[in-house]
Amino acid sequence: MLGLTKKDFSLFILVVALTLLAPIILNPFPVNSSLGQTFNAGYPALLQRFAIFGILVVGFNILFGLTGYLSFGHAAFLGVGSYAAVWMFKLLSFNIIPAIVLSVVVAGLFSVVIGYVSLRRSGIYFSILTLAFAQMSYALAYSVLTPLTNGETGLQVYPSDPQVLASVGAPSAPHIFGLPMAQSATWSGGGWVFTFEVGYYLCALMLILAFYLSIRIFRSPFGMMLRAIKSNQTRMNYTGLNAKPYMLRAFIISGMYAGLAGGLLAAMDPLTGAERMYWTASGEIVVMAILGGVGTLIGPVVGSGVIKYLENIVSKINDNVLHSALRALPDGLENFLVNIIHPFVGEGWHLTLGLLFMVVVIFLPGGLVQGGQKLGAMFNRQSGNTTAAERDAARQTPSKPAE
Amino acid sequence: MDAIILQILNGLDKGSAYALIALGLTLIFGTLGVVNFAHGALFMIGAFCAVTMQRLLTLSHTVIDPSQTDFLGNPLQTKVPYLASIIGADGAQALIAWAVPLSIILVIPVMLFVGWAIERGLIKHFYKRPHADQILVTFGLAIVLQEIIRAVYGANPIQSPAPPMFSGSIDLGQYLGFQANAIVYPIWRLVYFGFSTLIIGAVFAFLQFTTFGMVVRAGMADRETVGMLGIDIDKRFTLMFGLAAAVAGLAGAMYAPIVSPNYHMGMDFLVLSFVVVVVGGMGSLPGAVFAGFLLGILQGFASMNEVKAILPGIDQIVIYLVAIIILLTRPRGLMGRVGVMED
Amino acid sequence: MGILEVKGINKRFGGLQALGDVNLSIVENTVHAIIGPNGAGKSTLLNVLVGKLIPDSGSVMFDNQSVLGRKPFEIAQMGISRVFQTPEIFADLSVMENVLIPCFAKRDGSFRMHAIEPVRHEREIARQAEAMLDEVNMLSKADVIASSLSRGDKRRLEMAMCLVQEPRLMLLDEPTAGMARADTENTIALLKDIRTKRGITMVIIEHDMQVVFSLADRITVMAQGTPLVEGSPDQIKVDPKVREAYLGETQV
Repeated sequence: MLGLTKKDFSLFILVVALTLLAPIILNPFPVNSSLGQTFNAGYPALLQRFAIFGILVVGFNILFGLTGYLSFGHAAFLGVGSYAAVWMFKLLSFNIIPAIVLSVVVAGLFSVVIGYVSLRRSGIYFSILTLAFAQMSYALAYSVLTPLTNGETGLQVYPSDPQVLASVGAPSAPHIFGLPMAQSATWSGGGWVFTFEVGYYLCALMLILAFYLSIRIFRSPFGMMLRAIKSNQTRMNYTGLNAKPYMLRAFIISGMYAGLAGGLLAAMDPLTGAERMYWTASGEIVVMAILGGVGTLIGPVVGSGVIKYLENIVSKINDNVLHSALRALPDGLENFLVNIIHPFVGEGWHLTLGLLFMVVVIFLPGGLVQGGQKLGAMFNRQSGNTTAAERDAARQTPSKPAE
Repeated sequence: MDAIILQILNGLDKGSAYALIALGLTLIFGTLGVVNFAHGALFMIGAFCAVTMQRLLTLSHTVIDPSQTDFLGNPLQTKVPYLASIIGADGAQALIAWAVPLSIILVIPVMLFVGWAIERGLIKHFYKRPHADQILVTFGLAIVLQEIIRAVYGANPIQSPAPPMFSGSIDLGQYLGFQANAIVYPIWRLVYFGFSTLIIGAVFAFLQFTTFGMVVRAGMADRETVGMLGIDIDKRFTLMFGLAAAVAGLAGAMYAPIVSPNYHMGMDFLVLSFVVVVVGGMGSLPGAVFAGFLLGILQGFASMNEVKAILPGIDQIVIYLVAIIILLTRPRGLMGRVGVMED
Repeated sequence: MGILEVKGINKRFGGLQALGDVNLSIVENTVHAIIGPNGAGKSTLLNVLVGKLIPDSGSVMFDNQSVLGRKPFEIAQMGISRVFQTPEIFADLSVMENVLIPCFAKRDGSFRMHAIEPVRHEREIARQAEAMLDEVNMLSKADVIASSLSRGDKRRLEMAMCLVQEPRLMLLDEPTAGMARADTENTIALLKDIRTKRGITMVIIEHDMQVVFSLADRITVMAQGTPLVEGSPDQIKVDPKVREAYLGETQV
């Protein structure tokens, strides 16, 4: 269905269902309960980030997952996309359609230039070149390009901006043909409150489209060629295939995905700054991709979701929360445990993230998805049929990247 | 002319730090074949060793002096460093002022240990994994190390002054025959430059004149052959990692008076040092040193107002620009050997 | 006029003359073996033929077109396939995909953006690939990941990948090196089969005399970067110069 195999189609439907129902699924606890305040994640600002970072990592995975080329400067495209979108808001109007279109186009053009140069090298040189380009963009955005980026203040929309297409009475915040992004409907009952926001559903729709497109790319001859590049460039050459244009297309596509994500970030909150392009932001993209499972279809969605969710709850946990959670224990033990956990929560979220990331790279190079598949395969073996799942797990073990 | 000399001097201290970090990166890459994204974190840990030294020296106990009262009428409480009770107040004062240089005796054992632990505990298992995996795991390690430092020392930069003797600036121009105040330069930066030259010299001498160094150099040239000679390279490589860590740590500790140590300083230096390694030539030690100073000085020149007037913003990007041009036109770097990681 | 004409090739590496005035004419529909002791320049010559090395002087014409200065993928598109000493296959992909990729390369050229239609909709290509796998008796392993194949199967897969492109010339670099006797026999049988069924011109570089003498129509013996003698297997067997330079060390 939709040009997908049965298996891919069910995966796609799963993602569609999860995305559409996320405002409900991620609010499992009553809103005023202490569990709810800590673990509920179904509020618009966070949901938007799930979807937007999902798009970003799905796109990154088309490059890194299929070809093995590790870009360490992907946040540059995200940043450029955001700037482009905010400029559209400033010049035309708060309608997000031109903003998002331009952010994809500009990020695409930007990735043509960076890709063309960076892809002349492979292996770690490619990583360092992309890193250098991204850092350069960041430095320029902070200095010379201030007229375009508004430097340290960040780019935002002022009442004095022209907004030549803005119609009278249109919302003074991002909207789609008059429907504001921030508009939402709530549905409450029995202590539960669910919020359905226009902005989130726009991001969700984009994620679904982005995910669908990525399945098609993975299953297309183009996707197969990209995997061939990762597997053996020598054979690729001697088969009469030119790896360069394939790589460049993959790079541009993933750059455009990042541009879309950047545009959506701006559409949800119409301001942006250069820190969005900083190399640690690129690092975060890599972390999400690895954690979920590089080269798998669902991995990027899992990775970005897990990280954004953990970031949200782990950084919310403080000593009070810990004390109340461990109240049942004897005082001495309670204090002891709180002291142990303390460095890893709240401000210490990045420490947890770093450790988690290392554990995955060391023990589970295929990410959480591969971990799940291994578990699944173990169960299958016990019940005596080893088939597709295991074969997939074998296929998805990372191979040496092209050098 | 004086302006040019001043820019060269301005480039020297940054260039020294780049050169020292790049030297360690190259040693690790050349011998172990590992791309170490955690090297900046080692530099940062070194800087925090200086902070720690300062704190150790100023560890105090409270003394109650009943003969005096504070403004509330209570007996006056003063904090007195333990050190003062051992060697007297003046001696303690002097030692505390010299905390940064003194931290060297702390840096070396700490960094050797950290290096040893990282190599044995982590890197060892990644020799045979692809470069991308090495980059990823050391990147994760860098995050962990910097977050540990933040958890312990907080997020704010911590001032670590140079000894009074070396603080302040001198008018170098006068010695060189320029008019007064033409070339005024902070003394500590000169000290830093001298110190790094010393370290670089020591590393090269070590590699040149010791048997250990000979084996390492041979290993850098051809790992397999040396392995076939029956020399246990692995053990030496552990020490190599420790040495590279110590160099980075020393570079960081002595840099503390120039940039107040903060938990993310390592990352800032790492990216630039990688660029330095690439420009110098992956696996070339002289290349790393040369490129470190070259890029530091280039950055100095690019910050000149005259240059910025023609090419605005060039100071921000000159290093990356040079790296991109080098990678595209001469992939093995300025001094890299033919065929080493040229692809 | 041969399908591949090599004229006056010279190549120096620093002070070392790797190839000195190499002339070679490969006749269409023959198997031409190049033999010689280690360091005779066989591999260098092969690298020149596939565009990996550019010689200092001389010309290489394939079907009246120069191959010099062309990239390996362009030379492959001209109809020259290469089989490597250690099989170069797409180890992370399935056996089927390994054969599909050359099918696409043959139909679509060195690059085509076809990122939306799934691979499985390309029925004609799939048929070609299946037929090819059937021919080398590997159809039952179509879904296996290539890295888990035996050495002999990897070799057969690589051959299949080359053959499915219907090359006009195949270059084989020691196709049986490091193989067990049984695998060598199989490979010889496979090559003979290809020869009789498809009539593809082959250039084989080989150490194993059994392989050479059971396959080759013509043999060129190289020594120190230059062809020493060329002739039919029977001529080569009795040539005193060859015996002196090479065969003397080997039991034929």
